[in-house]
Amino acid sequence: MSVLDSKIPKGPLADKWTKHKNDVNLVNPANKRNIDIIVVGTGLAGGSAAATLAELGYNVKTFCYQDSPRRAHSIAAQGGINAAKNYQGDGDSNYRLFYDTVKGGDYRSREGNVYRLAEVSANIIDQCVAQGVPFAREYGGMLDNRSFGGVLVSRTFYAKGQTGQQLLLGAYSAMNRQINRGKITPYNRHEMLDLVIVDGKARGIIARDLITGEIERHSAHAVVIASGGYGNAFFLSTNAMGSNATAAWKIHKRGAYFANPCYTQIHPTCIPVSGDHQSKLTLMSESLRNDGRIWVPKKKEDAIAIREGKKKAKDLSEDERDYYLERRYPSFGNLVPRDVASRAAKERCDAGFGVNKTGQAVFLDFASAIERYGKEQAAMHGNHNPSKEEITKLGKEVIENKYGNLFQMYEKIVDENPYESPMMIYPAVHYTMGGIWVDYNLQSTIPGCYVTGEANFSDHGANRLGASALMQGLADGYFVLPYTIGDYLSKDIKTGPIPTDSQEFDEAENKVREQLEKLINNKGSHSVDYFHKKLGHIMWNKCGMARNAKDLASAMTEIRALREEFWKEVKVPGELNEMNAELEKAMRVADFLELGELFAKDALHRNESCGGHFREEYQTEEGEALRDDENFMYVAAWEYTGDPATEVLHKEELKYENIEVKSRSYK
Amino acid sequence: MKLTLKIWRQKNSKAKGELKTYPIDGIEGDMSFLEMLDVLNEELINKGEEPVVFDHDCREGICGACSLQINGEPHGPDRLVTTCQLHMRMFNDGDTIVIEPFRAKAFPVIKDLVVDRTSFERIQQAGGYVSVNTSGNTIDANAIPVNKQDADDSFNAATCIGCGACVAACKNASAMLFTAAKVSQFALLPQGKVEATERVLNMVAQMDKEGFGNCTNTGACEIECPKGISLENIARMNREYLSASLKG
Repeated sequence: MSVLDSKIPKGPLADKWTKHKNDVNLVNPANKRNIDIIVVGTGLAGGSAAATLAELGYNVKTFCYQDSPRRAHSIAAQGGINAAKNYQGDGDSNYRLFYDTVKGGDYRSREGNVYRLAEVSANIIDQCVAQGVPFAREYGGMLDNRSFGGVLVSRTFYAKGQTGQQLLLGAYSAMNRQINRGKITPYNRHEMLDLVIVDGKARGIIARDLITGEIERHSAHAVVIASGGYGNAFFLSTNAMGSNATAAWKIHKRGAYFANPCYTQIHPTCIPVSGDHQSKLTLMSESLRNDGRIWVPKKKEDAIAIREGKKKAKDLSEDERDYYLERRYPSFGNLVPRDVASRAAKERCDAGFGVNKTGQAVFLDFASAIERYGKEQAAMHGNHNPSKEEITKLGKEVIENKYGNLFQMYEKIVDENPYESPMMIYPAVHYTMGGIWVDYNLQSTIPGCYVTGEANFSDHGANRLGASALMQGLADGYFVLPYTIGDYLSKDIKTGPIPTDSQEFDEAENKVREQLEKLINNKGSHSVDYFHKKLGHIMWNKCGMARNAKDLASAMTEIRALREEFWKEVKVPGELNEMNAELEKAMRVADFLELGELFAKDALHRNESCGGHFREEYQTEEGEALRDDENFMYVAAWEYTGDPATEVLHKEELKYENIEVKSRSYK
Repeated sequence: MKLTLKIWRQKNSKAKGELKTYPIDGIEGDMSFLEMLDVLNEELINKGEEPVVFDHDCREGICGACSLQINGEPHGPDRLVTTCQLHMRMFNDGDTIVIEPFRAKAFPVIKDLVVDRTSFERIQQAGGYVSVNTSGNTIDANAIPVNKQDADDSFNAATCIGCGACVAACKNASAMLFTAAKVSQFALLPQGKVEATERVLNMVAQMDKEGFGNCTNTGACEIECPKGISLENIARMNREYLSASLKG
């Protein structure tokens, strides 16, 4: 087994990044003009990187499958972005954000990376405000904060329930400025289908124009992959319909190691699955847990009566309710981290206390918050003896002001008014902590191929804390990559333009063409969705919130069989040289069918429970995750061999020098 | 529910399109409109016909990809929702639903129900930003207090998802609401004031160049906007434009 070099700089934790920035080689402005960079994906990580690299003077080409960079799925992030600003004076610091993140990730992330993330977090807020991102403010004009799961301070900046949208539009506006200057050439409605490696270095990509179907060659001195996560392997997830792993999986097949594929975040508060026709799941922001209380009935007969429509949530008195998170985790209560909250919901529903028709839902109740805010508002308006109606009216206004768009979204989907009766929620696949292995410089095991944002495995360990994904995406793109990629490119100043008529480009293009033609000419008997849904069922049932060795082994066999059936039986209508949505889906699902098997293999090999990876065989008596630090305190980085089942494991041992490794407790 | 769908089919930007009729059965009220189209497409694929192509992505009303003119209204009969959040419970058994692409000179059809909205991109590129480098060497975020009302109004303008419903709703196919939302977001914040003059002039010039029509204050855009972007933004942009023109 090889040793993976994480290239973490030596020296004290707090000095590593500053020292590293001083040590890296720079490229002079005149030379930057001769260097091309490809950025695949235009969400927070890709958009911010593209804008910054262009601003520095490099020639940037961006690629996204959407018709505009602004539609990348970062847009859907709701709750907020963390930053160690300590504006609230509640004891926050870089160290605390670092500590919370490492602990939140169940001691499976890198100290050096996480500290850097905490260190640059405050800068992100300054940057976004300067760009005109309209964060929520208090009456005095200062920025407002809220709390998220797994922490004891208020460090989350937000823009109602649309923080991701506002941050992405900020990055998009920075991109637009560079597009206007001619420093970014955007290739929208384009999908990367392979990486081209010349002399061992990433030198370009093969992409398909999704309007004409044309296959194109694009060369560059470095390639940045910022294409997001692979949650759609589960078919149903909170990801966008087009979110896919293709760019990441293709570079994996070209030699980039894939790290910790089994670390998946199942988010506790989503609108439950309602039927077979469902195409995606909708998240209800974690910020709702600031004010919502989660409960199920104490007595099973009440749960049954609610399921059958004979009783309503309101009919149950306080003592008939089980606020199970507050009961099990008194110090963090409803704000435990996502993995813990999700498992606790599953535990109650499996035990028969679920509250919707399918028995797969718990209540998220705002009644006490409405009352609390209502009284506060009444008092602020000088009304010291308000009626119940007045309190409710004022309280609802506060809730609407904070979460209006989420409540509206819930009502549209479920057809029930969440101001009147509690929301019903259940966990759903949301984010993937695993991804392409990168070193401290965000470089994969392929020289010149960098990976940022959710697409890399980096900073979140085995579980990501709320409001940290936006932070990581922007940190990577605005503040980390622009330094580290320069160090690599400083050796390329004399290279000149990379030709696209080489043998390597021929080979890659032919491979892509072959695969596309095979799909079109297959003329099988089932649609792409038929296979995707089947894969999703296997993933959810056997690689979901609770896993065990037997199910994981059978998942591997089943996914393999499904993949073989896919290539025999898939039916893709239409032609190659036209807009063909089914063909796009087929290419993506083909990759999920490989990735899924590696996912199960990784989960099977990790004989411990940590963060979002919960193995039924490894739990404490109280049902909490049981880590095995002696044997599994490492990053599992998989090397492609031509077959997901035989991929080779490489271990990067994790060392904790600044933090005491403990069992994670939120009690 | 049993429905009759009349859907615009067009092979590509050069081909002539037409409305085709598709009967569909087994539609449930809690399906979204796009999930209903998924059901149709699955049927078409199984019958060996070409599925209907439409833009969509997040399916939670925020990315702005989905469009569709449904029975003559952008995003259909419900208010304050995008097509992906429109649910079939808004329709009745036996209904006929006409589904067309957004219609505007500046939004040419690419295929079936997919239109080209890159004209919106170019309007944004003309000035929809604050010219600040992303180096991180800016002042502390709390150094400039912003009045809460201004911050909230700016946010409300900034929630535009760039779907184009305003253009599709307008008899003149005007893009005033879209452009005004961006101009307003920055005009309301101290950070945006520095470049306010150039911004409004450049963005309006680009809007005109793209072939969008003029605003005649019918207010249809505000009614059909899935995010409730207010007409006040257009009034604000007009003020900004007037004062910028006088300066220029």
